[in-house]
Amino acid sequence: MDATSKRMETDRVIAPGQTYGSLDDLITKPVLTPLLKTPLGWFLGFGLSAALLMLFMVTVYVLITTGMGIFGNNQPVAWAFPIINLVWWIGIGHAGTMISAILLLVRQDWRTSINRFAEAMTLFAVACAGLFPILHLGRPWVFYWLMPYPNTMDLWPQFRSPLAWDVFAITAYASVSALFWFIGLLPDLATLRDRAQHPVARLIYGALSLGWRGSAKHWQRYTRAYLLLAALAAPLVVSVHTTISFDFAVTQVPGWNNTIMPPYFVAGALFAGFAMVLILAIPLRKMFGFEGLITLKHLDNSAKVMLATGLFVAYGYLIELFIGWYSGTEFERFMVLNRLFGDYTWAFWALIAFNVLAIQPLWFKSVRRTPWALFVIAIFVSIGMWLERFVIISVSLTRDFMPSAWHNYQPTTWDFALFLGSIGLFLTLWFLFLRFLPAVASSEVKELVHHEATHHHAKENKA
Amino acid sequence: MSGSALYGLVAEFSSPEDILTAAGQAREAGYTKMDAYTPFPVTDLDEALGMQPTRLGWAVLFMGTVGALLGFFMQWYANVIAWPLLNIGGRPLNDWPSFIVITFEVSVLFAAFTAGLLMLARNGLPQPYHPIFNAPNFAGVSRDKFLLCIEATDGRFDLQKTKAFLLALKPNRVDEVAL
Repeated sequence: MDATSKRMETDRVIAPGQTYGSLDDLITKPVLTPLLKTPLGWFLGFGLSAALLMLFMVTVYVLITTGMGIFGNNQPVAWAFPIINLVWWIGIGHAGTMISAILLLVRQDWRTSINRFAEAMTLFAVACAGLFPILHLGRPWVFYWLMPYPNTMDLWPQFRSPLAWDVFAITAYASVSALFWFIGLLPDLATLRDRAQHPVARLIYGALSLGWRGSAKHWQRYTRAYLLLAALAAPLVVSVHTTISFDFAVTQVPGWNNTIMPPYFVAGALFAGFAMVLILAIPLRKMFGFEGLITLKHLDNSAKVMLATGLFVAYGYLIELFIGWYSGTEFERFMVLNRLFGDYTWAFWALIAFNVLAIQPLWFKSVRRTPWALFVIAIFVSIGMWLERFVIISVSLTRDFMPSAWHNYQPTTWDFALFLGSIGLFLTLWFLFLRFLPAVASSEVKELVHHEATHHHAKENKA
Repeated sequence: MSGSALYGLVAEFSSPEDILTAAGQAREAGYTKMDAYTPFPVTDLDEALGMQPTRLGWAVLFMGTVGALLGFFMQWYANVIAWPLLNIGGRPLNDWPSFIVITFEVSVLFAAFTAGLLMLARNGLPQPYHPIFNAPNFAGVSRDKFLLCIEATDGRFDLQKTKAFLLALKPNRVDEVAL
């Protein structure tokens, strides 16, 4: 196939006319390019991300040497930016697992060329998410007190608290995601080992590939293990955001104590996560010429998932307000009024604009197939989902039961620095991933090509 | 090649269909010690080569159950035996509904790591060296080539006869692989 057709847009899950070899070249090219021939865009993106990562590290240094007082947290708003960021990041991670695990189980072939980078996104988002509760501890250096271990104080974590559940949910999620990702990478690392020219690269990829040789017996166990991991990761991802929502739903704070929280949080997580998938995929396919792999079909389907989960989230907003009124409880009713017209009214209406109104154009196919429009909508959704957590977490805390305990919340510069810095951490890892590992699972895409070919062949034979 | 020990004979094919047919014919000819090397999993190839189905699922189920039991036991022990002092809202010490989440997470953690690590262990990975790496066209396996290897330890293996048999399957090429 020639260079022009490679860059052509297509509605299929993979551009026609691909051979195993051409896919191999396309996918391994960005990784095997000599370091100095890396596209300039990569250096710019990596440089900017690394600068933000420096901001993160400076903030962490100041936080550890000075203490939690550098943040705007107060009483009663003890949960502010760090917890909002935790929920925001971990939600973003969920789309990666949804794509790689749930869509595998339901045999959606469009998952194949986007699962690898979506899983990477999951890992990096969970890394960012996991840091926030630790940095929020006050004494982050004793974070290991969260885990059960034999200690001289003879103490155990309080297992009846959702906060202890969270520790287990997030650690299990992070480790299983990392394992799933690495197992998925194994055959591609072997490809890089066989393709790399530089001896050091060959050595590193060779060691990482563990000596993978694609034997039929290996593939048999591998596909079974991969399927089992997907089947285990699917309920795990649902349980993680459910547990996060328990942090709120199990308390009595007006606006938190809602039974709709678990499904509403999971839908919100997928909503934000698919937005991030689009934010990452749209520049990625342009930068590496992956238009034939990450096709309009993928963008279209991701946009549909975003629309569906977005509508679910909108339903959640409505029900939260309705239940506030319907509960008949003075405090819940006041929470509704405060959310709609209180001191932070701008945040609520902005989130409605970003999360409910901004996604309405996605009903139209032409919008779902216009990358730049999707990119803009996805950015809106990311901001909206962050505001949603701000409204639920912090705005609810500013007005609890006793007016004498009310207090507004004002974030400090350090709050913003740590948040922006975490975006730097995420993007730094992302750019390193793009440069050193294949962003698309080449063995899975080859299998997809084979299936597509036999499928079409069978159709032709029938006709 | 003669003189040095032989690992086996390798025939190279270009498509999953070809290697599937070749594997089936080799099995019918009575060969048992053979393996195929492919860029992606080829459906039914394990059966065509006469391989037993994997029992990985049972191990995962077992370890998942162990994880669930351990996870629950840990919480029960902490609350009922080690620290039977905390009265939280008048709930019983063995407050099992509160223990469900951690029990589930530990169970999934055990099951998932069993699936991943046992798969690697049973496959003998990590394994830095394997004789098949000596095949001159082995790098093609991770790209677009499908290799069928009949190993020299097979009872029916005979360098000339086996080579003739493999050539009759119409491969791209047949190579001897040193041990």
